[in-house]
Amino acid sequence: MNAPAKSCGDELLTVRQLRVAFAQGRALLPAVDGIDLRLAAGETLALLGESGCGKSATALALLRLLPAAGRIVAGEVRFGGRDLLRLPESEMRAVRGGGMAMIFQEPATSLNPVLTVGRQMAEVLARHRSLGGTAAQATALDLLSAVGIADARRRLGEYPFQLSGGMKQRVMIAMALAGDPRLLVADEPTTALDVTIQAQILDLLRRLQVERAMGMLLITHDLGVVAQMATRIGVMYAGEIVEEAPRASFFATPRHPYTQKLFAALPGLARRGGQLQTIPGQVPSLSAMPAGCRFAARCEHAWDRCRQQSPQWRQVALDHRVRCHLEDGRLVAGGNAGGPAADGVPVAAAAAAPTLLAVDDLRVHFAIRRGVLQRTVGHVRAVDGVSLALARGRTLALVGESGCGKTTVGKAILQLLPASGGSVCLLGEQLGGGRQRAQRALRRHMQMIFQDPFASLNPRLSVGEIIAEGIRAQGGGGRATNEAAIAAVLQQVGLPAEAAIRYPHEFSGGQRQRIAIARALAVQPELVICDEPTSALDVSVQAQILNLLATLQRELGLAYLFITHNFAVVDHLAHEVAVMYLGRIVEHGGVDEVLRSPQHPYTRALLSAVPSPRLAAASEPIRLPGEIPSPAAPPTGCHFHPRCRQAGESCRQAYPPPSQLSATHVVRCHLYPSTVDADRGGVACDRAET
Amino acid sequence: MPFLPVILWSDVLIWLLLLAALASGWLSAGNPLWRSAWQRVGRSRAGMASATLLLAFAIVGLLDSLHYRPRLAADGGQRTAGQPAVYAVEVLSLLDALLTPLRTRNEKTYSEPLATRAHAKETIEVRGSDGRLQQVRDHPRLRHGGAHLGADEGRRDADVAGRVLQALGLALLAWAAVVLAVCGGVVRARGCGWRLAWRRVWRSEGEFAWNAILATLAALSLLAMPVALLAGDYHVFGTDKVGQDVLYQVLKSVRTALVIGLVTTLVMLPLSVLLGVLAGYFRGWVDDLIQYLYTTLSSIPGVLLIAAAVLMMQVLIDTHPQWFATAAERADLRLLALCFILGVTSWTGLCRLLRGETLKLRELEYIQAAQAFGVSSLRIIGRHILPNLMHIVIIALVMDFSSLVLAEAVLSYVGIGVDPTMISFGTMINNARLELAREPLVWWSLAAAFLFMFSLVLAANLFADAVRDAFDPRLAGSP
Repeated sequence: MNAPAKSCGDELLTVRQLRVAFAQGRALLPAVDGIDLRLAAGETLALLGESGCGKSATALALLRLLPAAGRIVAGEVRFGGRDLLRLPESEMRAVRGGGMAMIFQEPATSLNPVLTVGRQMAEVLARHRSLGGTAAQATALDLLSAVGIADARRRLGEYPFQLSGGMKQRVMIAMALAGDPRLLVADEPTTALDVTIQAQILDLLRRLQVERAMGMLLITHDLGVVAQMATRIGVMYAGEIVEEAPRASFFATPRHPYTQKLFAALPGLARRGGQLQTIPGQVPSLSAMPAGCRFAARCEHAWDRCRQQSPQWRQVALDHRVRCHLEDGRLVAGGNAGGPAADGVPVAAAAAAPTLLAVDDLRVHFAIRRGVLQRTVGHVRAVDGVSLALARGRTLALVGESGCGKTTVGKAILQLLPASGGSVCLLGEQLGGGRQRAQRALRRHMQMIFQDPFASLNPRLSVGEIIAEGIRAQGGGGRATNEAAIAAVLQQVGLPAEAAIRYPHEFSGGQRQRIAIARALAVQPELVICDEPTSALDVSVQAQILNLLATLQRELGLAYLFITHNFAVVDHLAHEVAVMYLGRIVEHGGVDEVLRSPQHPYTRALLSAVPSPRLAAASEPIRLPGEIPSPAAPPTGCHFHPRCRQAGESCRQAYPPPSQLSATHVVRCHLYPSTVDADRGGVACDRAET
Repeated sequence: MPFLPVILWSDVLIWLLLLAALASGWLSAGNPLWRSAWQRVGRSRAGMASATLLLAFAIVGLLDSLHYRPRLAADGGQRTAGQPAVYAVEVLSLLDALLTPLRTRNEKTYSEPLATRAHAKETIEVRGSDGRLQQVRDHPRLRHGGAHLGADEGRRDADVAGRVLQALGLALLAWAAVVLAVCGGVVRARGCGWRLAWRRVWRSEGEFAWNAILATLAALSLLAMPVALLAGDYHVFGTDKVGQDVLYQVLKSVRTALVIGLVTTLVMLPLSVLLGVLAGYFRGWVDDLIQYLYTTLSSIPGVLLIAAAVLMMQVLIDTHPQWFATAAERADLRLLALCFILGVTSWTGLCRLLRGETLKLRELEYIQAAQAFGVSSLRIIGRHILPNLMHIVIIALVMDFSSLVLAEAVLSYVGIGVDPTMISFGTMINNARLELAREPLVWWSLAAAFLFMFSLVLAANLFADAVRDAFDPRLAGSP
C-alpha cells in the first residue's frame, strides 16, 4: 500500500499498485493484486513463488504482453520516467526489446524454427538499432560472442534445430540484448536446462549484467538460483508480495511464515531421512481468494485477525519488509533450521538385505535407419552396459543430465523398451524373453511412477478405474475385494476413499501424483521405479510426496530406483547413488561417498554446478565447458574426456575400467588405479535370492 | 389394411441411427465428462440455435422415412372379402401424405412463385366480349395456383397479404405458447415466480441457451407459418418444368441430404477409426501397410473413383430388375450404394488424423503405466486410446456431414449422384442448369434449393463449431 516514497533518481523501474486480472465469462479474477516493485540499474530483483502465484503475469504485464483474457486493472509502471501503461501501442513496441527485454523459459519454442539465427537477430537490430546489412551482421557477431557462442559466424547461418538447448538459450539472450535494454526480464530462464548448462547460463547473465549495468527482474521458483543471482528478493504468494528483503537478510532470517516454510520444505542432507516440513493445502485458486491474509488457511500461526484483515507492510529490518500480522518475536523463530533427522529412512544394513533387482550389463541401442530400404546405419547407444543391484527396502538414485539414458534404464528394466543386450533379474527370475504369462505375473513386482502427473493419468477414467486397472490386469479378485483394495490404497497415499469416484482433472498436481503412486501400489510391488516424480511439482508439494515415499518405504519395505537430476532429493532420500554419463555409470557408491567425496571429475562438476539455496561460502565452482555429446557418436576413449580438465592421453584412447575405492564405491576414471577383476561386473540371476 | 408398410434399407439405417443417437445420449448422461461437454454445447447460443434448425430438418427427414404403399380402391368401389388387396406401385411416405395437396396439384409447366398464371405464353382461346372465340397468345391461367380466386385475379395481392398477416398472428400465438410452456417448466423445476422464470429463460446466463432456441423458433415459425398457409392455394416457390411444386421437391430433398450425410459417416467411421488406431498404436509393418493403403487411395482423383463405382453399380442394378418390387426400392439401393462409395473413398482424412493422435497418445505416460501392468494391447486401445480419441471423432462426424451434403449436390450435378427419379438438392440444381439459360430466367427452383441447402449446411457447420469448442480439450479449458 504505502510504498516507501524513495525519491532516488536512479530507479529504473517503479511499479505501484499493479493489478492484473483475467477475464472469465463476465467475472474478473485477480491474478496480481496490488504489487509494488522498484528496481535500480545494476540490481537483480528476484520474484520467488510457487506456480500460480502471479509471477509470470506480473512480468508480462510490465511489457503489456498479457494474453487475450488478461487485463491490467489498475496501477502504474514507471520505466525511465514514463508510465508504460499509458503509452500508445506504437511507442510500447519501442520499449519492448529496446527498453526492457524478456527471456522466456523454454528455449526450444522461443525461436522461430524456419528462420536462421542471423535473420532473427537482424530483425531485432533493424527494429531497435536501425541497423542493416554488414553493420547488423557485425553487431550480431559481437552479440553472439558476448553470450559465449563459439564460432559465431557459422552459427549465424544456422537454424534453431541445429543448436543445442543451452545454445538456444544463449541465442535468446543475445537477441534480448540486441536492443540494448536497460532492464532484462528473465522468466525462469534456466528451468528447462540441465544443472551444468544452468550454471553456465547463470554465470553468463551475471557477467552481462555487470558489464552492461542492466537491471534484471528474475522470476523463479528455485531458491538456489535466487541465492546465486539476486540482490533483492520479493516473495509472491497468491498475487501479492508478502515479503521483500535484501539477499543477506532474506537467507539469514526469512520472516514470513510462507518463506520459512519454503525453506523448511527443501530436501537436503540436513533433513536426511526425516520428515520434510510441508505446507498443507495449496495456493488458493483465483476465483476463491480468501478475504484476510491469503496464506492464513495454510499457516500454522494463523489466528482470527489473519482470517479477517489483510495485513499491511511492516518494516522488520533495513529494507526488509513483510506482510504478516504476527508479532516480531514469533516471526524470528523457524528460520533455516531443519526438521528432526531421527526416524529416518530405514538404514538397512546394505550387506544383509537380499538382492531384489540385479541388472547386468544392460544395453539399449536404438537403430538409426536411413534410406529407402531403411537400412541400419548406426546405433544410438542410449544405455551401454549398465550394471546395478538393488536390495529390498533400499533406494538407489540414478542421476545424470538429460540425455544420459537414465529414463531409458528405467523403462528397459520395466520391459517397456526391449533391451539389446544384458540381463535384468527380478527376484532371481530373468525378465524379457520367456513365456508371456510368466512375464505378466512378474510385472506385478515392479511398478513405475512417472514425471508428469498430468500426463500419467487417463483423463477419461475415474480414479477408481485407474487404480483398479492394475489389479484387474493381474487377474484380481471380485468387485467387492477390488473396491476394498482401492479404498485401502487411497488411504495409504493420504487421499479420502471418496476420491475413487472422481476424475483426475478435479485434483491438483500433488494429489494427482498421489493417485499415480496409489495406482503403482495397488498391485503390491516390491520395486518402484520413480522417474523424476517431483520435478513437475512445487517445492511444498514435492516435500509432501517425498515424505509419502519415505513413509511407504518404511511401512512396506519397498525398493526404489529413483531417477532424478535433483541432488537435494538424492541427498534426502537415497541410500546409494549411481551417476550416469552417456549411457554408462561413471560413479557408484553410498550416498555419502558419492555426494561428500565425489571422485569422478564429472560428479564433481555436477555437484558444484548445483545452486545451493543458502549463502554459500564462495568455493571455486567447476564449470563444465560444452554440452553432453550425442549418444549416437560418443567420443572415443572416456566419454567425458572432451569436457574434462584432468583428461590425459590415456583418457582419449580407452574407456576406463572400474576402480574400486571402497567396498561400495566404484568409479570409472583413469585417475584412479584399476582394480578390475574377473568376478566384478554384476550379479548373476541364480545368485539372487527370492 | 389400408396400406402396406414398405421398409427401405435407408429407412432402417436412419431409424437405427436415431436409436444409436438416443442411446449414446443416455450413456453420456451417465458419464460426467461427456455430460459436462454436452452441457457446454447447451450453453452455446449459436450451437443451440443451429441445433433447433437441424431438429426441424431432422423431423422433416424422419417423417419422410416412414414408407408405405396405399391400398387401391377395388373396382367400382366394392370390395369382396375373398379378393386379395391390391396396393399401388407408388411408394409414399408419411410426409407425402401430409403434403398431398402439394404433391398432387401439378401444373402443366413452369410458374413463378405465388403466380396465378403460367410463366410461358401459350396460344389460348378466349371468348371475347362479342361472344366469339379468339385465339390469343397469353399466359394461361394455372389449374391450381390461386384457383380459389376465380376470375378475380386482381385480388391476389390482398389475399396473400391477408394470409400472411393471419399467419404471423398464428405464429406469434404458437410461439407464445412455447414460451409459456418453457417458463412453466422452469417455474415447476425451480419453484420461483413467473417473472423470475421469464428472466432466467430470456437471459440464459451460463445455463442452457433457451433464449437462442426461442429466438430461432420465433424466426422459424414466422417464416414457416405464412408458407404453410399460402401453400394450400398457391405454389409458394413456383413450379418446375413438369409443373411440380418446388416447395414439395425441396422438402423431399431434405431426407436425401440427411441420408447422404449420416449413412456415409456410418460407413466411414469404422474404417477410419479401426485403421487409424491400429496404424498409430502398433507402428511397424501394420503402420506401413495402412499408410500405403490410404496414400494410394487418396492419390486417385475422388470424382473418378466415385464415377467408376457408381456406373458399375448402375449396370448391376439395370441388369437385375427382378430384385426390386418398386422404383423407390431401386432408387433407394442406388442412394445407399452412393453412401457406401462416398464412405469408402473419404475415410482417409479422418484415418490420418486419428493415426497422428494415436501416435501422440501411445507415448503418454498413462499408456506406459498400463503396459507396465501387463494390460493387453486390445484393452489399452479400448480403454485408454479410443475414449481419448472420441472428441476428434465427434468433431469430424459433425463437420463431415455438411461437406457430404455438398458432395451429393456436386455428384448429382455431374450425373453420377442419386437416381434421377429421386428428388435431391443435386438433381434440382442439375435441372436448374438449363433453366438459367432460358429467357426470361427461371430462378425460383435454384433459389429454393439453394436456400434450403444453405440453411441446412450452415446450421450443421455452426453446430459443428459449437461441438468442437465444447469437446476440444484445449479450447474447453479442462481435459
